Amino acid sequence: MTELKTSAEIGGMGHSVKRKEDPRFIRGRGNYVDDVVRPGMLYMAIVRSPYAHAKILSINSEKALAHPGVAAVITGETLKEYNLHWMPTLMSDTQMVLPIEKVMYQAQEVAAVIATSRYAAADGVELVEVEYEPLEVVIDPFKALEPGAPVLRTDKEGQKDNRIFHWEAGDKAATDKAFKDADVTISQDIYIPRIHVASIETCGIVAEFDSVEGQLTLWMTSQAPHAHRTVFAMVAGHVGLSEEKIRIISPDIGGGFGGKVPIYPGYVIAIAATVVTGSPIKWVEHRRENLQADSFGRDYHMHAELAADKDGTMKALRIKTIADHGYTDAATQPSKWPAGLFAIATGSYPFEAAFCEVDGVYTNKPPGGIAYRCSFRVTEAIHAIERLVDILADDLGMDPAELRMKNFIPPEAFPYKSVLGLEYDSGNYAGALKLAMEKIGYHDLLKEQKEKRERGELMGIGISSFTEVVGAGPSKDFDILGLKMFDSAEIRIHPTGKVLVRIGVQSQGQGHETTFGQIVAEELGIPVSDIKVEHGDTDTAPYGLGTYASRSTPVAGAATAMASRKIRDKAKKIAAYLLEVSEDDLDWEPGKFFVKGVPDKAKTIQEIAFAAYTNHPQGMEAGLEAVSYYDPPNMTFPFGSYICVVDIDSGTGQVKIRRFMAVDDCGNIINPMIVEGQIHGGLTMGMAPALMEEISYDEEGNIYGGSFMEYLMPTAMETPNWETAKTCTPSPHHPIGAKGVGESATVGAPPAIVNAVVDALSHLGVRHLEIPLTPEKVWRAINGL
Amino acid sequence: MGTQSISIKVNGVDQTGEVEPRLLLVHFIREDLGLTGTHIGCDTTHCGACTVILDGKAVKSCTVFTVQASGKEVLTIEGMTTNGELHPLQAGFMEEHGLQCGFCTPGMIMASHALLQENSNPTEEEIRFGISGNLCRCTGYVNIVKAVQYAANKI
Repeated sequence: MTELKTSAEIGGMGHSVKRKEDPRFIRGRGNYVDDVVRPGMLYMAIVRSPYAHAKILSINSEKALAHPGVAAVITGETLKEYNLHWMPTLMSDTQMVLPIEKVMYQAQEVAAVIATSRYAAADGVELVEVEYEPLEVVIDPFKALEPGAPVLRTDKEGQKDNRIFHWEAGDKAATDKAFKDADVTISQDIYIPRIHVASIETCGIVAEFDSVEGQLTLWMTSQAPHAHRTVFAMVAGHVGLSEEKIRIISPDIGGGFGGKVPIYPGYVIAIAATVVTGSPIKWVEHRRENLQADSFGRDYHMHAELAADKDGTMKALRIKTIADHGYTDAATQPSKWPAGLFAIATGSYPFEAAFCEVDGVYTNKPPGGIAYRCSFRVTEAIHAIERLVDILADDLGMDPAELRMKNFIPPEAFPYKSVLGLEYDSGNYAGALKLAMEKIGYHDLLKEQKEKRERGELMGIGISSFTEVVGAGPSKDFDILGLKMFDSAEIRIHPTGKVLVRIGVQSQGQGHETTFGQIVAEELGIPVSDIKVEHGDTDTAPYGLGTYASRSTPVAGAATAMASRKIRDKAKKIAAYLLEVSEDDLDWEPGKFFVKGVPDKAKTIQEIAFAAYTNHPQGMEAGLEAVSYYDPPNMTFPFGSYICVVDIDSGTGQVKIRRFMAVDDCGNIINPMIVEGQIHGGLTMGMAPALMEEISYDEEGNIYGGSFMEYLMPTAMETPNWETAKTCTPSPHHPIGAKGVGESATVGAPPAIVNAVVDALSHLGVRHLEIPLTPEKVWRAINGL
Repeated sequence: MGTQSISIKVNGVDQTGEVEPRLLLVHFIREDLGLTGTHIGCDTTHCGACTVILDGKAVKSCTVFTVQASGKEVLTIEGMTTNGELHPLQAGFMEEHGLQCGFCTPGMIMASHALLQENSNPTEEEIRFGISGNLCRCTGYVNIVKAVQYAANKI
């Protein structure tokens, strides 16, 4: 466990400090984008395409404009006047803001109505007449790659087919040879369906342009306000928007999970609308718009293979993937690899050879591809390896826990360089699995299962021993449109010893106002109650790349520790001056410097802070503040072992998670209460796609799962009482030894659940099931249908 | 479009006005009264972020017309604190870490309030059923259940 170095009153690392943001939220005093009201504000609503692929023959706004309250209708032609009808995606692809010639997916933005109330705007949407001529629709990504398939991106010069990229990693020849030489090989097609983050707050913006000052202020549901500001300045520089005059305020955000990283057309239209009308504009999505048009997650078609010796030693891994990116590559993943961090596919095991290839494909679906509480394709990769391990165990007649224990990368092998090129920082995989097995009573469960099976009852036990990779990222490998993925913190100590901390990352519920204060409390010994943390306002916060991919603690958390240490270095000089000793004669304990061997001869950090403004040494600048921009030397690699126990109703196919033990290791822990909460939430968002959630399309591109009527999210009834435990293997390269935790459980949970369900049905000949494991799918498997 | 007169007691205060018959109660609460603690998370009455108490019963205010609430009493999250003192449910959510982003929290607290009014000593299963009309994407519900248990023990 994380060692406590500070008292509860100081509240440094390892203390379950109550959250500073809670008092406003529990009183209904949060300030979300839809709560922002500006004088003279108009409302925007969007006309969307009913077709997945169609030519636009005409857009007639007359009736809408004649409706009381409607102030303007904005179309692609309006934006074209300002050359704002196209924008770059964060993956350096291009995307229509509003179309002129054709629409490329159902629910694509076609026009926007600006009106004096949200009701009048909605009326206006109904009155805009759009004439379409349907075009051939390409939905199946495999068909999209066939010769003769219609080329969708006719706007892209030189684009001759629907392939976006081909990416590979590993040694193909060595892998092929290992497969040829292996005693045992297994293969499995695995599809990870399209899903949606569905944060309870949808996306929205209030855009206000002051034409006299040239100032654009945006209250926006943004997980990356600084990066968004720079993109807006780059895209709209030619119409006079200049970066110093763009201010993005990302206030309280009602959940992000990656869905608030992309720049959606609606934001850009609202900005154009405030410039055109001269009035502040509010646009907040409806849930259906959010599910149907915003960035999705997953949609990975994998063919996964594993080679092993007959004693169970895993030798080689091979995965071929078709990634459906929809209309454009807007995946919002900042690594230099098109498939993100899929190279984590070798998981927790020391393969001798591995080869992965991914082809990105255009189809007539909304763009996206990353968002869903996961660091850039890690969930897909871990699902593949953890399913393969269980299939191998089944084929060899081995216990899946024993097979994992036999193969794990041993603790002494770290830092471990994987054959796919990642350098894992630290781990103790066997320790986590052993603890999970003890906590859940693994061997008793095996006995119980045997007895139940004899009685014809369906019970399954599933394991997942995952390795995560988070903390994007080292500047050599990570950028967004050239912006490197460092992050930042700025700390000011006031004369009375109270603190203002401003960070470059942005909370959407993670509790940054509390935990970043705890980092400073740990480093400087100032009580967390005296530390105010601010973020999300580009005019005041230092430049940062935002919160997603579990990067806040690994990157901005490190910057906060480093800035604190700069302050401590200066404080030491002041203390030496005040105590009239040399710096070398001083020792530090949280909250004070004291003369070695004379603990009474001391200056507290508060006394030093006061002196920094009232009695600082001659030749030294006054004040006590510091800034750090931290470029991480490597990613961090949290890990864990999960064990899931399911009971299945053989009559209905309904899966019930009876118990779920999650052992996580995220290195040193800042706030155990918050880490626990992150794991509970991550597990629930892992269970969701495993059992319930899916967005799919018919062959004409009509969406299934486009409202909460059909998109089934877990309620308190389906969600089990998660059990958790920890091991602690600090990151050796992180200043406070932390690794990040927000997404581990979303990565680790799905294969544990699928492995449990397949285990429950294995005696019926079931070898694999695709998620989501709906009652119908499970019932069919039970009945061999 | 014509308007209709309404008179609604919200958090103990009489509110009167002229509203369009189609005005949803949630928009009246948020935009006409400026009580923005009640949130909107969907358009199909599934998420429960807009839950308020209408004449003692929890309702999703995105599916009630303002005119339907006329002559009735509404309690929102802003009315849960009395003389600056937190309601045990509010305290429970903070103590048990029953919230993260805070967006579902007001609706969750109001749904739990209605539950505890009907059943002051609910089992875990009854709590889970009682809040099953409210979606939370952050917490996984475990700590929300604990928060309601905390309040039930205090009331």
